[in-house]
Amino acid sequence: MSHNKPERRHGRGAVFMEFLGSMNLAITLLVAIAIASIIGTVLQQNEPYNNYVIKFGPFWFEVFKALGLYDIYGAVWFLFLLGFLLVTTSVCVYRYTPSLLRDMNHFRTDAQEKSLRAFKHHSRWEPEGDVGRMPELAQRFLTGRGYRVRVKTTDDHTMVAAMKGSSSRLGYLFAHVGIVVICLGGLIDGNVPLKWADYTGRIVPETRDIPVSQIPEHSILSEDNAAFRGSVQIPEGGRAGVVFLGMRDGYLVQPLPFRIELEDFRIEHYESGMPKSFESDLVIHDEELDQPLRQTIAVNHPLIYKGYAIYQSSFADGGSLMKMRAWSLDEPGREPLQIEGRVNQSVRINTPRGGYRLELDDFKLFNIFPNEEEGATKKFRNFGPSVVFRLRDSSGQAIEFMNYMSPVQIEGRYFFMSGMRSAVSEPYRYIHIPVGSDGTVKRFMRLRELAMDPERMQGAVEQQMGLLERTDFDPALARQVSDNIVAVVSLFVRQGLDAVFEQVQANFKEEAQQQGAMESYINVIRGVLGGIYIDVLAEEGIKIDQDVTEQDAQFFEDAMTALSLTGPYGSPVLLQLDSFEHVQASGLQITRSPGKDIVYLGCVMLMVGVFFMLYLHHRRVWLRISADGKLLFAGSGHRNRADFSGEFEELERGLRALSAAPGPDDDRAA
Amino acid sequence: MSVSPESIQESLERPSFFARLTPYDWVWALLVAAATIATYALYGGLMDGYEVGILLMSAPGLVLFGWGWKSMRSYTLAVAALSLLAIWVYGDSLANGESKFFLKYILASQSAIMWMSAMFVMATAAYYFGLAIRSEFSNRVGSALTWSASTMGLVGLMVRWRESYLMGSDIGHIPVSNLYEVFILFAVMTGLLYLFYEQQYRNRSLGGFVLTVISAAVAFILWYAFERGGHQIQPLVPALQSYWMKLHVPTNFIGYGAFALAAMVGVAYLFQERRAKRNPAALANSRLPSLEQLDDVMYKSIALGFAFFTVATVLGAMWAAEAWGGYWSWDPKETWALIVWLNYAAWL
Ligand code: HEM
Repeated sequence: MSHNKPERRHGRGAVFMEFLGSMNLAITLLVAIAIASIIGTVLQQNEPYNNYVIKFGPFWFEVFKALGLYDIYGAVWFLFLLGFLLVTTSVCVYRYTPSLLRDMNHFRTDAQEKSLRAFKHHSRWEPEGDVGRMPELAQRFLTGRGYRVRVKTTDDHTMVAAMKGSSSRLGYLFAHVGIVVICLGGLIDGNVPLKWADYTGRIVPETRDIPVSQIPEHSILSEDNAAFRGSVQIPEGGRAGVVFLGMRDGYLVQPLPFRIELEDFRIEHYESGMPKSFESDLVIHDEELDQPLRQTIAVNHPLIYKGYAIYQSSFADGGSLMKMRAWSLDEPGREPLQIEGRVNQSVRINTPRGGYRLELDDFKLFNIFPNEEEGATKKFRNFGPSVVFRLRDSSGQAIEFMNYMSPVQIEGRYFFMSGMRSAVSEPYRYIHIPVGSDGTVKRFMRLRELAMDPERMQGAVEQQMGLLERTDFDPALARQVSDNIVAVVSLFVRQGLDAVFEQVQANFKEEAQQQGAMESYINVIRGVLGGIYIDVLAEEGIKIDQDVTEQDAQFFEDAMTALSLTGPYGSPVLLQLDSFEHVQASGLQITRSPGKDIVYLGCVMLMVGVFFMLYLHHRRVWLRISADGKLLFAGSGHRNRADFSGEFEELERGLRALSAAPGPDDDRAA
Repeated sequence: MSVSPESIQESLERPSFFARLTPYDWVWALLVAAATIATYALYGGLMDGYEVGILLMSAPGLVLFGWGWKSMRSYTLAVAALSLLAIWVYGDSLANGESKFFLKYILASQSAIMWMSAMFVMATAAYYFGLAIRSEFSNRVGSALTWSASTMGLVGLMVRWRESYLMGSDIGHIPVSNLYEVFILFAVMTGLLYLFYEQQYRNRSLGGFVLTVISAAVAFILWYAFERGGHQIQPLVPALQSYWMKLHVPTNFIGYGAFALAAMVGVAYLFQERRAKRNPAALANSRLPSLEQLDDVMYKSIALGFAFFTVATVLGAMWAAEAWGGYWSWDPKETWALIVWLNYAAWL
C-alpha cells in the first residue's frame, strides 16, 4: 500500500490526521480490542456479583469491577475503543479514496523508461521488422486478454499502457467503508446514551426482586429509548407492557408502547424428552391498532412489530396450581393435610416441629430419562409430573425437594419417589417409599404410626422377648433390656440407621464389637418392626396365619429401607401431589435495534469488498515502442506475484511473436 | 522466427470461454441439468420456495465447478452414485443397515466414515513414505487414497442425512449439527482443497503435511464416536432448526479447511526456510516446492479461507439474530470468530 500514499502536507492538523489514519494505530486498536475480547471469553461475563467476590476475593473484585471486566463489551472504555477504530478507519478511507480512484483510472501513459526498467518484470527486445503496426496489434492483443488499454504517442516513442482488475481497488473502499458502517450500526445498538446515563448515575439498576409498580423512577427508562435488548416472562393468560434489561448485578425496566398478551404456550418434545419446538400465541394490544394483532412465534420465527422484535427465548412455569396432601412424618396417624398453592408462591404449614414456609419452585409435566429397566423395549421412559419445592424453617434454613406425582415402577414394584438436597450444587438423594396395592403410602404411614406409638412398641418388644422363651431373666434386668430395645428401635424410626450406628460407635470401641452389635441391633429392629408390620397386615384384613405373600414380604423390606432414611430426610411432612392445573409461562426476548440493518448493509459491503480485494488483482503492463524500433515491455502486479509472473511471461511471448511476424493485414496486402 | 498468420490471429483474439469448453464439459452440464430436472420433477411438490431456489442455484454452481476443476466431475458422480445406491438399498427401513452386507460393511454412514478414517490415515503414511524415499508411486497411492477417503466421507454424510430421516421424519436433518459431523466435513473439505492445489501445482510432496492435520481430525472423530457416542444421530433443538445454520456451518468449514491447509503449508515453509539458511544449495534438488510456491499456496488458501470465513461470520450473525434476538452477543464463540478474523485480516 506504499505506492499510493497521498502526498504529505505539513501543519499540525495534517500530522494529526496522518496519525489518526495510520495503519499502526488501527493495528494497535485491533490488538487492544482482541485482547479485551479474549478477557471477555475467559472471564465469565454478567454473572451474579457474589460469584465474582467468591472467585477473586474482595480486593480484586473491586478492582475488576472498576475496570468493568464483568461486562467488558458494555464497558465505556470498550465502546470508546470501537469508536476510535471507527474514526481511524474513516480517516483512512477519507485520505486514501481520492488517490485510489485516481489510480484506478490513471493509465500512467507517461511512465518513464527508467522506471519501467526498474520493475522486476520487464524485458527488452529489438524486432527485425517494422514496428509501425505494433501499437495497434498490442492493443488488440491485450484487449483480448481482458485489459483496458490506452495508447499515447510522443515524439520519440509510443506508449501502450494497459491495466486489468482495477476494481480490486474498489474492494478496499467497500471493505473499509463496510467496517465503518458495521461499527456505526454496532454503536447505535450499543446505545451509548444509555451507557452514559448509567455512567453519570442518572439511571441506577434495581437489584431487588420487587413488583414493577414499586420500582423507583431512576430504574425506569423512557419509552423512546432507541436500542435495547431485554426479556420478560408472561404466564399463559397474562399480559406484559414492560421488559427488563439486565445490567450488571441488577436490571432496568423498559416500558413498551404496546402490551403483549400470551394466549397459549406449546412445547413439543422428541421421544427422548429433548425439546422439539416452543411456540407462543401472542396478541398485541395497541391503541393504534383497530384490532389486536394475533401472531404465533417460535424459535427462529420472531415477530417484528413497530421495529420491536419479539423472540421466543425460553419457557418456565407460569404459576401452576398444585393440590397436595401432606402426610405428617411426626404424627403419621393424622389425616393428611390438604394444601393448595401456586408455583412461585409460598404457603405456611404448621407441624409439631414448628412453622415452615413451603416455597413452590417449579413444576414439570413430564420427566423423560433413558430406560434402564432390564428387558425394556422402549429406549426412554417417562417418570411423569414432578414438583420442586423448598421447606424453610423459622431460622431461614431451607431444604429442597423434588417429588414425583405418580408412583414409579422399579423392578416391578411401585414407589413414591422424593429427592432432597440441602444445597443446589448437590445432586438429589432419593427416598423410595413403597406404595401399597391401593396406590397410596397409607400402609407405610400406618406402619410408621404404630412404630412411633410407645405402647405399641412396648408390646411388640415384649412379644419379641417372649419369643426368646427365656424365663431366667430377673424382671429388673428384663425391664432394662426391653427399655434398651425400645430406645434403639425408636431411634431407628425417628432418626434412621445412621443414628443407630453412631450410638453403637459411642458405646463400643473396637470395630469387631461394633459390627457384632450392629448386626444384633438390626436383627432386633427387624424383629420388632416385623411384629408391628404383621399387625398392620392384620388390620388390613390380611390373614396372617398363612404365610405372608412374597409381595407383602418385599414391601416390608422396602419399608425398612425407607424408614431408615426418613430421619435424614429432614422434612416433617411427606408431600404428595394429587392434582394440578398446568399454567406455563413463555420467556420472550424483545429487542429494538435500529442499527441492525446498518450492520447488515456494512456486512454486505465488507463481503463484496473482501471478494474484490482477494480475487481481483490490479495488474498493469506497459509496452514502450521507441521511435528507433526498440521494445520495452514491463509490468507490475499488485499482490499475488506468482500468478502474475506466469501471466507476464505469457503476454511477453505473445507480444514477441506479434512483433516478429508480419501482421495479418500485411499478409493480406502481400 | 517464422510464425503463421493463423497463429497470430489466434494469439490476438483468444477464443472465448465457451469456445474453450470440450464436449465432455457439455455432457457434464447436461448431466447436471438432467439431475436437477429429475429432482424437481420428483420432489418439487415437497419443496418450498427457498428449496427450489437452492436447487436452481446449485445446478449452475455445480456445472461451473465441474468446468473449472475437471476432477470434480468424477468426484461428484462417484459420491452421487454411491449415496443413491446406499439410499436405494436402505429402502424404508433403518434396520437394513445392520442386515444388508453392502450397507453394514461399506456404505452405512458409520462404515463409510470408518473407511474414510482409515484411508486418510493410510494416505498420510503413503505421502510421507513417498516424500522420504522419493517414490512417485507411493505419492500417487496417497493421492488415490485421499480421493477415495474424501469420497467416502461425503458419501457417509449423505447417507447419514438419509438415515436421520429413516429414524423419524421429525428427527431428520442435514448432518452439520454436531461436532462429529462437522469434523467429518472438515476432513473432507481440507482433503479436497489439498487435492485441488496438488493438481494445480503438479506437486504431491505436501500431502503428508496437510494430511497430518486431517489425521488429527480423524483421531478426534474416532475418539468422539467411541468415547462419547458422538456418532449417534440426535434430534435438533429448536435453535438449530434454521436455514441460516445450514448455510453457516458448511461455509465456515470451507474456511477452516483452507486455514488448516495454509497452516500446514506454513509448516513446510518453515522447514524449507531453515534448510535454505543452513545450506542454500540443498534447496535446488529439494522435494518440496520452492519457497515462492509455498508462499503462493499459503496466500491463496488464506485468501479463500478469509473470504469464506467472512461470509460465514455474517451468516452466523444473521442466524443469531433470528434465533436469539441479537446479531452479536459477544458470546465466546462469536468473540473468537472475531479474533480469528482480525488475526487473518492483520496478516493479509
Ligand atoms: C477495523 C480496522 C481494519 C480492518 C479490519 C482492515 C482490514 C483490511 C483487510 C482485510 C485488508 C485486505 C488486505 C489484503 O487483501 O491484502 C486491508 C487492506 C488495506 N487496509 Fe485495512 N483494515 C482496517 C483499518 C485500516 C486503516 C485504519 C487503514 C489506514 C491506514 C487501512 C488501510 C488499508 C490499506 C491501504 C489496504 C490495502 C488496500 C489495497 O490493497 O488496495 N486499513 N485492510
